[in-house]
Amino acid sequence: MDTREKDIEKLKDYKYGFTTDIENIKAPKGLNEDVIKFISNIKKEPQWMLDFRLKAYERLKLLKEPNWQKPKYPKIDYQDLYYYSAPKSMKDKPKSLDELDPKLLETYKKLGIPLQEQARLNGIAVDAVFDSVSVATTFKGELTKHGIIFCSMSEAIQKHPDLVKKYLGTVIPVTDHFFATLNSAVFTDGSFVYIPEGVKCPMELSTYFRINASETGQFERTLIIADKGSYVSYLEGCTAPMRDENQLHAANVELIALDDAEIKYSTVQNWYPGDENGKGGIYNFVTKRGLCKGNNSKISWTQVETGSAITWKYPSCILKGDNSIGEFYSIAITNNHQKADTGTKMIHLGKNTKSKIISKGISAGFSDMTYRGLVDINSKAKNSSNYTQCDSLLMGNKCGAHTVPYIKNKNFDSNIAHEATTSKISEEQLHYCQQRGLNPEEAVGLIVNGFCKEVLQQLPMEFAVEAQKLVGISLEGSVG
Amino acid sequence: MREQLQSDFDKIVKISKLSNEEIHFKRNFLNNFIKRGFPNRKQEDWKFLDISQIIKKNINDLTFFNDYSQPNKINPSIFVDGLEHNKIIFINGRIEKIDFNFEDQNKIEIIDETKKDISFDYKNSLIDLNSALTDKVFKILIKKNYTLKKPLIIYHSTNDKTKSTNINLRLDFELGENSCLKLVDYFANNTEKNFINIFYNFNLEKDSILKNYKVDKSRNNNLRYSFNNIEQENNSVSETFILSAGSDYFKNEINCNLNGEYSSAFINGIFSLKENQQHEIRTTINHLVENTKSYQLIKSVLGKNSKSAYQGRIFVNSKAQKTDGYQLSKAILLDETSEFNAKPELEIYADDVKCSHGSASGSLDENSIFYLMSRGLNYQQSKELLINGFLLDVVEKITDLEIKDLIKNIIGLKK
Repeated sequence: MDTREKDIEKLKDYKYGFTTDIENIKAPKGLNEDVIKFISNIKKEPQWMLDFRLKAYERLKLLKEPNWQKPKYPKIDYQDLYYYSAPKSMKDKPKSLDELDPKLLETYKKLGIPLQEQARLNGIAVDAVFDSVSVATTFKGELTKHGIIFCSMSEAIQKHPDLVKKYLGTVIPVTDHFFATLNSAVFTDGSFVYIPEGVKCPMELSTYFRINASETGQFERTLIIADKGSYVSYLEGCTAPMRDENQLHAANVELIALDDAEIKYSTVQNWYPGDENGKGGIYNFVTKRGLCKGNNSKISWTQVETGSAITWKYPSCILKGDNSIGEFYSIAITNNHQKADTGTKMIHLGKNTKSKIISKGISAGFSDMTYRGLVDINSKAKNSSNYTQCDSLLMGNKCGAHTVPYIKNKNFDSNIAHEATTSKISEEQLHYCQQRGLNPEEAVGLIVNGFCKEVLQQLPMEFAVEAQKLVGISLEGSVG
Repeated sequence: MREQLQSDFDKIVKISKLSNEEIHFKRNFLNNFIKRGFPNRKQEDWKFLDISQIIKKNINDLTFFNDYSQPNKINPSIFVDGLEHNKIIFINGRIEKIDFNFEDQNKIEIIDETKKDISFDYKNSLIDLNSALTDKVFKILIKKNYTLKKPLIIYHSTNDKTKSTNINLRLDFELGENSCLKLVDYFANNTEKNFINIFYNFNLEKDSILKNYKVDKSRNNNLRYSFNNIEQENNSVSETFILSAGSDYFKNEINCNLNGEYSSAFINGIFSLKENQQHEIRTTINHLVENTKSYQLIKSVLGKNSKSAYQGRIFVNSKAQKTDGYQLSKAILLDETSEFNAKPELEIYADDVKCSHGSASGSLDENSIFYLMSRGLNYQQSKELLINGFLLDVVEKITDLEIKDLIKNIIGLKK
């Protein structure tokens, strides 16, 4: 009983910290050609896919792990990881939700992810990814009616090989940096979205990522293609159980927007951040990159980063089409011993391209937060503009907040404006709130929410509420 | 390059009057440099302008040997007119003259410091090169409570007698308690395609004031690197102004440690660049104790094929509460081929601080030009007026009126 109570006590801090006992199929430990062949084989992939993986693996052998980032971490032994782990019951993919392992359903219920009826009420189509394998996708019928393809990556490789072949690896090539290339070699699943020409996706699409098994890395790959004149809003949520060891999450996300298309990508990242002494937690080393390929296209990233022991990612936009727009809204919160090195890259190549970056960082406890961003206006990107604002809030003098923007302007027609401030919550504001009956924690919560408002506004309704709560929870215990 | 460096170093040693100890000391620096080589773009601090490439491109035969035993003739035509001043004259890296005629000689001391090690931690191989190859190193000590009556102008000049394409110079300054020094660096070169490597070390005691103005105006084809290390005690003030306009390549690096409470550092800079010039300012301000302040303002006007870069770093230690740090960089790009790079960096570990930075770059505002033209100016005049106004902002920050006028004259900005 005692241990159970302790478990419950623990769960209060991180309510997604439970594990689910589901039998798993795992690939042998380690990274080598056989493991890659094993993954490819178990997923019944065509030859071209296996070639893609092997090409990435060849390249990976030549690459070194980067180490310029601010948060340092102990060396990861890539041979000591499982690169494939799937719930056993998934061997033969269930045809409908009713055939799903009830334990899985229960897990998602605990996580608050509505896979069944509730989904219909919320009007969000969900693709759930459990230990890198897509387990369920809801709302298929409704989406098919519009010609929208929303399925797991493995399914897309089987059913829509032309689309996958045409776009996979065009934004993040196999020759990219270490973690992206690692993903290209060993990715197991992920979501695939294709919105046909002129279609405005009638509902929010959502993927839910869950790491369950221990000693596994999660390597999923998401590919979203918005054809001419289409629109899609995509949400991503993530959790993991509480474990003492660090787990690696190295996903790749590729977005492609053709002429007049718009993609809105929102993330609420709540991976397990480790305990208050900095033990355990997820290493979130994700590569996210969007390509505004067509004219007048738009890609917008919104992220709320509250989890992970180390977050190291830069969702980027390549503005290739004329008049294309890139946006980046971010809230990053670090508490205890969490570390984050995050930001964005806006690469202006086309004429009249515009980008906007709003980044809010909050660090408390012993944590360390870095905003690192690049704005690069090419000499051909006439009449482009960028606006960047990054604000940091510090709570206590044991934490750090850093801003490292790179600004490159090679075009005299273009404007770049950058602003950054670092400050703390002023005593006056706190005093004012407390005078009106709020306790210190509530007061800080209110002020922080106000500080983040510009970003929270960008999130879809349901997510915004969740994110707002999350902001409050992440900072609990950081005042006083 | 390696063999050249070794043999030139041996030649210098042979004809110099250096003691064995000094030679051994310098050889260590030389070995350090040989190990590390010139910095390149792989190093974060040299990311925007890669000096090893630039040297390779501009200087065909890099040589290091200079005969410091023979005096050079001083050409008085380089002297600044209309301003009484003290002089230190460098010709080809050799100190020809130290002249404090206007001052109380008891209050200034000149100390040979050739043997003294570098007291701060540096990661820069150019300092190794400098330390290996400089002639004598002198420290100028301004004694307690003394304010120099006239500014000191340091002339950096070269003539055709120079044997090497690399020239290194070094000076140390110590400002005693409550003293004040105004220092102008004036660059007047008669040779082309030299790589000039300057290293200053300043030590500011309590309540002292340092004003350093670097004037690189006349167009020349030299490559220049200047490093200032400034250590500041309680309540001291340092002001640095950089006019970066003349050389082909000029990188100014300033490392400022605010070690004492209520100390403050001000850095203002102008880039006014044309045809193929590549200039950079890199600053690091370390706020190490409470109640310190720093302010930086850098403006660029960039013509055809020119490139400027600004890397500013504000570091705030966890002890340094109540820090006030500010950074602003602005650039006007006049041509399709001009390029501006910035990396304004904040690294903060204390919560009760006020730190901000801003950076803006773009072209001249067409509306403003239209406004001026509608009032009778032609296009060229309107453009010049706007640019002058843009730059004047920085010049106005100069706190010394005499020198402000001097610099306004040099730039051609009218009152």
